[in-house]
Amino acid sequence: MSEEKKYCEKKYCDVEKVMECSCAIAEAVKLCKPDVISMYPITPQTHIIEHLAELHDSGKLDSELIAVESEHSAISAVLGASCYGARTFTSTAAQGLALMHEILYIVSSMRMPCVMAVANRALSGPINIWCDHSDSMGARDSGWIQLYCESSQEAIDTTIQAYKIAENKNVELPVMVCVDGFSLSHVSEVVKFPYQLKVDKFLPKWNPEIKLDPKKPVTMGPIAYPDSYMNFKKQQADAMENALKVIKEVNSEYSKTILKQNGNGLIETYRTSDAEVLLIGVGSMIGTMRVAVDELRKKGIKAGILKIKCFRPFPKEEIIKAVKNPKKIIVFDRACSLGNMGVLGLEIKSLLNSKKEFKNCIIGLGGRDVRKIDIINVVKSKSSDEIVWVNLNG
Amino acid sequence: MIYGMPEEEYIAPGHGACAGCPLPIITRIITKASGEDTIIVNATSCLEVVTSPYPHTSWKLPWVHTAFENSAAVASGIEAAVKKSGKKTNILVFAGDGGTFDIGLQALSGMLERGHRICFVCFDNEAYMNTGVQRSGATPLHAWTTTTPLGKKERKKPVAEIIASHHIPYVASANPAYHKDLYDKVKKALSFDGPSFIHVYSPCVPGWKYESRKTIHICRLAVETGAWMLYEIENGFVKINRTPEKRIPVEEYLKTQKRFSHLSKKDIEDIENDIEDSWQRMKNLEKAKARI
Repeated sequence: MSEEKKYCEKKYCDVEKVMECSCAIAEAVKLCKPDVISMYPITPQTHIIEHLAELHDSGKLDSELIAVESEHSAISAVLGASCYGARTFTSTAAQGLALMHEILYIVSSMRMPCVMAVANRALSGPINIWCDHSDSMGARDSGWIQLYCESSQEAIDTTIQAYKIAENKNVELPVMVCVDGFSLSHVSEVVKFPYQLKVDKFLPKWNPEIKLDPKKPVTMGPIAYPDSYMNFKKQQADAMENALKVIKEVNSEYSKTILKQNGNGLIETYRTSDAEVLLIGVGSMIGTMRVAVDELRKKGIKAGILKIKCFRPFPKEEIIKAVKNPKKIIVFDRACSLGNMGVLGLEIKSLLNSKKEFKNCIIGLGGRDVRKIDIINVVKSKSSDEIVWVNLNG
Repeated sequence: MIYGMPEEEYIAPGHGACAGCPLPIITRIITKASGEDTIIVNATSCLEVVTSPYPHTSWKLPWVHTAFENSAAVASGIEAAVKKSGKKTNILVFAGDGGTFDIGLQALSGMLERGHRICFVCFDNEAYMNTGVQRSGATPLHAWTTTTPLGKKERKKPVAEIIASHHIPYVASANPAYHKDLYDKVKKALSFDGPSFIHVYSPCVPGWKYESRKTIHICRLAVETGAWMLYEIENGFVKINRTPEKRIPVEEYLKTQKRFSHLSKKDIEDIENDIEDSWQRMKNLEKAKARI
């Protein structure tokens, strides 16, 4: 092969590899060329930062890495760097996200387009390192866009799209890219990476008008009294509303110029055109659901899936459309709002009319398997209970 | 130049600080030393509240506030971004004693250990004043606060020594009554290619309960009685900058502030001993010529 051809292959071809999801996210981050990355270890997110450190130390990643002393500082450091106009990345899970909680709200209110990967893990206690969604669902109201991934490929595509969404002038909000801890973060799959020049074109350098610049001094993060605080919040709410449109646009551009995407960026549907039972969920459980639905259909049960890719902002319009025809709606939740029901269940229920048959399944907390059989049994069950804790006896 | 300091002002009049508050004096001097190529990170504190009521600002320098305990981490991120851009802008952190001694100590320790080129300035008014005078790790022995109504039973945390133990290039204590000394120390701090820390004495009119016109008088008395020591720790070596020939009895200092009005003879003796002990420690360190 000629040198020229080799060069072309390297620079202009998408690359297919078998890779662990965490490493794939790190490679996707590298393609986005962040200026500053803060790192703090916490299971099951650690492989992401380890891979970033390897890329950095082998000269493949030209970012400033800060190995901070806590997640609170991890998010604070990227917040500071963003205020200077830097593109940033950090990642965390569970207790780490809980420790960041205070700063999450400040990042979004300061309208910093930070991107953070969350390897979803159960919150203590009891302490547990395995997957559920209690961590990121607990940050539901923090003003971050939340995108949940089903596969490693989706994690790559979503990471790259996340920067474009976050940095959009009509959005300027931080984005969480959520992947299920272990059940996705540690899974190796065949993934495709777009080549760098393609990503460069899709994602130009971020150059904000307002930043910490001694040549043009600004005051950032001032104290807001009752005469202005509420107006800041309304602007954030409006930006979230704008994000619904921007997420779809970015997804569509990515689909056209980089890699074909299945959903519209907000939701994805599977076998829903004639579905009588609609299963709703987020994250890696959707893969299991697909197999379960195929099996149910073989037995004559017309089931379909609504995957919520974007949980914040909540794509109400798309959901209302999707729940219109099915007679029965079953929401699978890996996070429970103790004292009420599943977090996703609550929100879906708020969009249903009272005649619609509705069931909310709490499933897979603290890494308990979400099995095909559990999903099939729930669909077949004649129980009229609204809230069901699935596979409680292991 | 006035008193050896540039005429440029980087903090505008019209802020909301109390009459007699030394914060505007201190920040004026410090920013004169750091100059226009400076970014300020302000921890949640009185200073943040009185200088940034939206949509007004007192700052003529790029300034950012995010939260209470994280200013050293925010500054670390800014420093990394500055480094990435190839520039050499000065980064100052302004934090109170709560944001330094207590809630901010972890992030500060991380910042020091990682070696960021940041000058962290602590304005020490010896309690949580922004919330209404509650005890902090910086509150001195026997001082009244709203959470120590009978006086604090513990000594002040030796934060500068803790910070110096991170083996950073420069640690100094300063006092607004010695304004050129403060100015020179900031200049020196910013000349190092690493972290530095300046611990500034900062009386609080409502918290310490004294007349607003007495601020600088109390600042000077603190040094003359030995209650506040002026020193530098450069690359680990201690140097005491000012040793009063004969220390004025501390009682003279204590009686200027109502936070000490409840003291018994024994309490005053305790405070004398505490001060003497601190002086001996620093003198020994200086004499030993050994690195902290």
